[in-house]
Amino acid sequence: MLRIGVIALQGDVSEHVLAMERALQGKGEVQAVRTPGIIPGCDGLVLPGGESTTISKQLASSEMAEELKKAVYAGVPLLATCAGLVLVSREIEGEMRVKPLGLMDTRIGRNAFGPQRESFEADLDVKGFDRPYRAVFIRAPAIVRVGEGVDVLARVGENIVAARQNSIMALAFHPELTDDLRFHDIFLKMLEERAISGG
Amino acid sequence: MELENLRFGTELLKRGFAKMQKGGVIMDVTTPEQAMIAEEAGAVAVMALHAVPADIRKMGGVARMADPAVIEAIIETVTIPVMAKARIGHFVEAQILEAVGVDMVDESEVLTPADEFHIEKTKFTIPFVCGARNLGEALRRIKEGAAMIRTKGEAGTGDVSQAVLHMRQIMGQIRSLKGMDELQLMKTAREIEVDLDLLAESARIQRLPVVNFAAGGVATPADAALMMQLGADGVFVGSGIFKSENPAAMAQAIVQAVHHYDDPQLLARVSKGLGAAMKGLDAASIPEAEALQTRGW
Repeated sequence: MLRIGVIALQGDVSEHVLAMERALQGKGEVQAVRTPGIIPGCDGLVLPGGESTTISKQLASSEMAEELKKAVYAGVPLLATCAGLVLVSREIEGEMRVKPLGLMDTRIGRNAFGPQRESFEADLDVKGFDRPYRAVFIRAPAIVRVGEGVDVLARVGENIVAARQNSIMALAFHPELTDDLRFHDIFLKMLEERAISGG
Repeated sequence: MELENLRFGTELLKRGFAKMQKGGVIMDVTTPEQAMIAEEAGAVAVMALHAVPADIRKMGGVARMADPAVIEAIIETVTIPVMAKARIGHFVEAQILEAVGVDMVDESEVLTPADEFHIEKTKFTIPFVCGARNLGEALRRIKEGAAMIRTKGEAGTGDVSQAVLHMRQIMGQIRSLKGMDELQLMKTAREIEVDLDLLAESARIQRLPVVNFAAGGVATPADAALMMQLGADGVFVGSGIFKSENPAAMAQAIVQAVHHYDDPQLLARVSKGLGAAMKGLDAASIPEAEALQTRGW
């Protein structure tokens, strides 16, 4: 039985729990993680959307930041959406307030598309998908630069909005708010591959 | 992906924005300096207004939208979302706030109402939050396009009792819908003057169809945790922070209290040594005509 932990410090946690449960189709359980000690027992992790300044402060003030890093270093798959994509990065443009975890070789522009007025839905062309994916961008960040080991999956204009590096998949949009679970399916495949390789 | 094929202002984007605020504290601020304190404390958003509700109550007169120059200065200062209040029914104030670039408009009973009708919120690109005392008010606002609901409570009092009353009222009414058949739902929809589909959805999911925060009288970490335990998705704090003795400490403590609302040990720790909370005003002592919560319907 797979166990997926959704880091529940702030943001749309219940939406992520429900979406992951739908994707799992009974093959595992999903838990909202509010306290230290649970992450080490998880086979996969989700860092949800919310306010990155708030989540970053909460992470830093608990042992969960270290637990999360340790899990990712050990190869536990991590799905990081929106604020999550900001937090896993190595660097944030012009930003001192949020301390990223430095897990992914990316440089981030926060609020890359402007205020909520400029939030948008778009049909994305995604590497490996045979038809467009409707993505929901809410005051979204974007990846403005990637290191060599990062696989770019989708762009909006010049901005990178979906990428993968080793066991991390980072999305600037919200797969938990729509019914299309193709990114969740990739994530579950990452879990299976890790189980097979005995990681 | 070409930039011209984007869709803006959809209901999914509006309600989605509100969902990103869940588990957070939204703080009233009147200056960029206060906004910085709020962000530093871990607020998920700030609400820009010209005076906190306790002062609005004291000053009397007509309360209006804040000066756009101040709102802009606050937007420049923080990276978290900035919300601002428009008068009930004053759609031009809302248009101005949208033009200035605020992330969400609070159509608020704290300001002096401009119309017997509320704003047609579906016509805007940015989302709205509205106050409600009961399920009828909440679902009418959602039908008009509100992407988020907050209890009205009694703003500017520091007395949490009215927020508790309104949260219990909304939750209780939703619970009472459980097991109703179509005809009973139709009858209830007529009685409380709401859209049947929204009522049926609330009955099915056993909560409001949008994010529901607590507001109107939250003044301490314990108040904030109380509202969370009663089922709020997050908390607005108005006068409670910048009318307290030590705003930065109070702001941080309330953020912690919302995150750890069900951990009494931690609540005890963060409640220690915060200095005096806002002085406050017993909501029961306010004459009916001076109550803010009766504005709107």
